[in-house]
Amino acid sequence: MNVLFDNWDTYWEGFLGTLKLTVVASALALALGVLVAACRVSPVAPMRVFGAVWVNVLRNTPLTLLFFAVVLGLPRFGVVMPFFVFAVLALGCYTSAFICEAVRSGINTVPAGQGEAARSLGMTFGQTLGLIVLPQAFRAVIPPIGSTLIALAKNSAIAGSFSVVELLGTYRTLNELGFSIVWTFVWIAVGYLIITLSISAAFGLMEKHWKVAR
Amino acid sequence: MTGSQMGQADQVDQAKDGTAKDGTAKAGRRMRRQGALESTALYDEPGPKALARHRTYGIVASLVLAGIVAWVVYKLFDTEQFTADKWNAFTYKGIQELLLRGLGNTLRAFAWAAVLSLVFGAVFAAGRLSDHRVVRWFSTLVVEFFRAMPVLVMIFFIFIALKTEPRIALIAGLTLYNGSVLAEVFRAGVHAVPRGQSEAAYALGMRKTQVMSYVLIPQGVRTMLPAIISQLVVALKDTSLGFLISYEEFLYAGKQIATNLDYSLPFIPVVMVIAPVYIGMCMALSGLAKWIERRGRRSKRTA
Repeated sequence: MNVLFDNWDTYWEGFLGTLKLTVVASALALALGVLVAACRVSPVAPMRVFGAVWVNVLRNTPLTLLFFAVVLGLPRFGVVMPFFVFAVLALGCYTSAFICEAVRSGINTVPAGQGEAARSLGMTFGQTLGLIVLPQAFRAVIPPIGSTLIALAKNSAIAGSFSVVELLGTYRTLNELGFSIVWTFVWIAVGYLIITLSISAAFGLMEKHWKVAR
Repeated sequence: MTGSQMGQADQVDQAKDGTAKDGTAKAGRRMRRQGALESTALYDEPGPKALARHRTYGIVASLVLAGIVAWVVYKLFDTEQFTADKWNAFTYKGIQELLLRGLGNTLRAFAWAAVLSLVFGAVFAAGRLSDHRVVRWFSTLVVEFFRAMPVLVMIFFIFIALKTEPRIALIAGLTLYNGSVLAEVFRAGVHAVPRGQSEAAYALGMRKTQVMSYVLIPQGVRTMLPAIISQLVVALKDTSLGFLISYEEFLYAGKQIATNLDYSLPFIPVVMVIAPVYIGMCMALSGLAKWIERRGRRSKRTA
């Protein structure tokens, strides 16, 4: 217990760092993921090919390699940004591939008859998409996006090794100060559990709120 | 893209061939083959006007993408990534051996982690399916805890608190995490076998162990196999975490070359060499998972 209260500031700073990284990277991942999913289901072949390449390459890239390439590679490229932005870029792009697949399979769960019925009622493409397809896809997409974002929160631990202030990185400071290593890690674990359990609770609520009896 | 979707698209094309005399339909056919058209709830089979419009969009999109690629290549030349002194390092035998040794270490760690996490998963899946409440609760606790923890926290904990070698810490961390996920996969696979199967087996007088090993597991493995291999892809990707605890794996070897002043810091060449190897290995394994999944689906249909 002492380890936590003696180093409350260090832990709090690390916790906030992880939280900030998770929230900002999630926003980027969601935006990019939906965009790429739109490419993947579009009737335009080159955009579909682009979407497929984006997803397949990023899904099969180790995140550490992506961090390595972004944090250490981009500066050689003449791109200089704070480490936090680099970390958000790496995490966001990596996770966007998984979000894209979740959104795409969500759209594919909507039966073709729904779209056909909407069009035969005279709805435009925008109406079909906004009123018929997306509301139905949205419900199917909530659980997989929840688990993807939990994975993102856990993956953010890698950023600590690339000069970003976050929860796992706090062990270094505490280790140098000579605090008990086991207890240091216990409180780090509790911090991660708080974040991942909150995400899963939030998505559980969302799932319940928008549930429809079929 | 799946075989059946390809087949459907071809059939539609063949049906249309008789009516479409102009080249529009042919162009559309060519374009559709490049990637499967998957969603049909969003739009109908496009007519000639829509096809012409899609082609225009396609050309614009290709131009934009080509522009981005050209800009990246220009930037690579502009920042002198292709000069000889940045690539010289890779001609040395020592460097090549360093990379190969790194790759060997990566594969070794992966092999150990894969085997051990399969064993861990099997043991804890059996624990979660046990009839004894204490065993079930204990297994559930272990599996849920290790699934909720970032794998890197476990690796660091084992490495720093237990003061093990980097290799042991990496393998142990990967085993705990992937083993826990696999335990869930195994449990779900066994549950996915229809109830009538185990009921029939019990009715024939089989014991619980016999029901498991002769009836449930052989059928469950079929449905589980793609998920198991996908999880092994995760394990393979995560071996690169060893880089962070200075285990001498592939990425670590790359970093050693990249940070060497003698070779004028070839960061981007190193990434260009290492990334395709990692991505290729993971894609091959994911491809295997997809192939098995497709094969399983087909054989079920014919059976």
